[in-house]
Amino acid sequence: MYHKRGLWAIKAKNGGVFPKHDPKPKPAAPVEKPPKFYPADDVKKPLLNKRKPKPTKLRASITPGTVLIILAGRFKGKRVVFLKQLSSGLLLVTGPFKINGVPLRRVNQSYVIATSTKVDVSGINVDKFDDKYFAKQAEKKKKKGEGEFFESEKEEKNVLPQEKKDDQKTVDASLIKSIEGVPDLKAYLGARFSLKAGMKPHELVF
Amino acid sequence: MPFKRYVEIGRVALVNYGKDYGKLVVIVDVIDQNRALVDAPDMVRSQMNFKRLSLTDIKIEINRVPKKKNLIEAMEKADVKNKWENSSWGRKLIVQKRRAALNDFDRFKLMLAKIKRGGLIRQELAKLKKENPA
Repeated sequence: MYHKRGLWAIKAKNGGVFPKHDPKPKPAAPVEKPPKFYPADDVKKPLLNKRKPKPTKLRASITPGTVLIILAGRFKGKRVVFLKQLSSGLLLVTGPFKINGVPLRRVNQSYVIATSTKVDVSGINVDKFDDKYFAKQAEKKKKKGEGEFFESEKEEKNVLPQEKKDDQKTVDASLIKSIEGVPDLKAYLGARFSLKAGMKPHELVF
Repeated sequence: MPFKRYVEIGRVALVNYGKDYGKLVVIVDVIDQNRALVDAPDMVRSQMNFKRLSLTDIKIEINRVPKKKNLIEAMEKADVKNKWENSSWGRKLIVQKRRAALNDFDRFKLMLAKIKRGGLIRQELAKLKKENPA
């Protein structure tokens, strides 16, 4: 190995001694006192895990404005417009609400088929939406009283705050305009996708 | 029923199996009972088993194993491309390819168009039925 790696030539070039870096000056280690207490048995410490999960990779076929088909959940089969990917990796998506009843919603990339149809979303500002926007509201803790059990189980149904309804309207306003510019696209987004006889998903081009 | 499409030099065939599936090739020589030497303008001349070829009605005038240049000339002279695309077999293949490449949105528009056409046909039929109560 010495001759194969040419270490003799490197040594000769450096005047008979193999070149090495000067040892870096180490900072003086703090003085450690011997511990006051030793445990009876040696307990193994679990190994350190320094993994940082990577952000979910977005499929190349999904770009802002792509029409997606949702495959699972309450809105399965609905065709929906993709807006952006949130920091958690989930996709921010909207119906638009007026067209197919899907509100601003998060959806997982794995439960979605990306079609090659694109809608123009250049006029829409989605910066204000992030995962915190969709977090559940922290429930006020009610003290349990006997009377209250019989009276009101759930007085206040979770009403959508007016702010969220307004956000939906602003996002959808410009979207609907660009959708109506394309013939049949509005009806397309309003219809659900389903497999019919003879359709082979592995042969279909989406 | 006698055979009409013969394996001969200059017979145009469609490849129905393998890497060159769907290509139109010309039989340029016969190697033995099972294999032919086959050539097309966009491929390297190679041997193929007859089982991989479906013979077509088209035949061109060439000598045994022509040079590529002469082959291309002969194919232009016989107008193989247009003859194929106008034949019913060729047209069916083109429609199949077109249908396979349809987008989800295209399929939706196709469905709307079919419904519309069916509606118009039924309207006309209803009119005709009304005029001639049989």
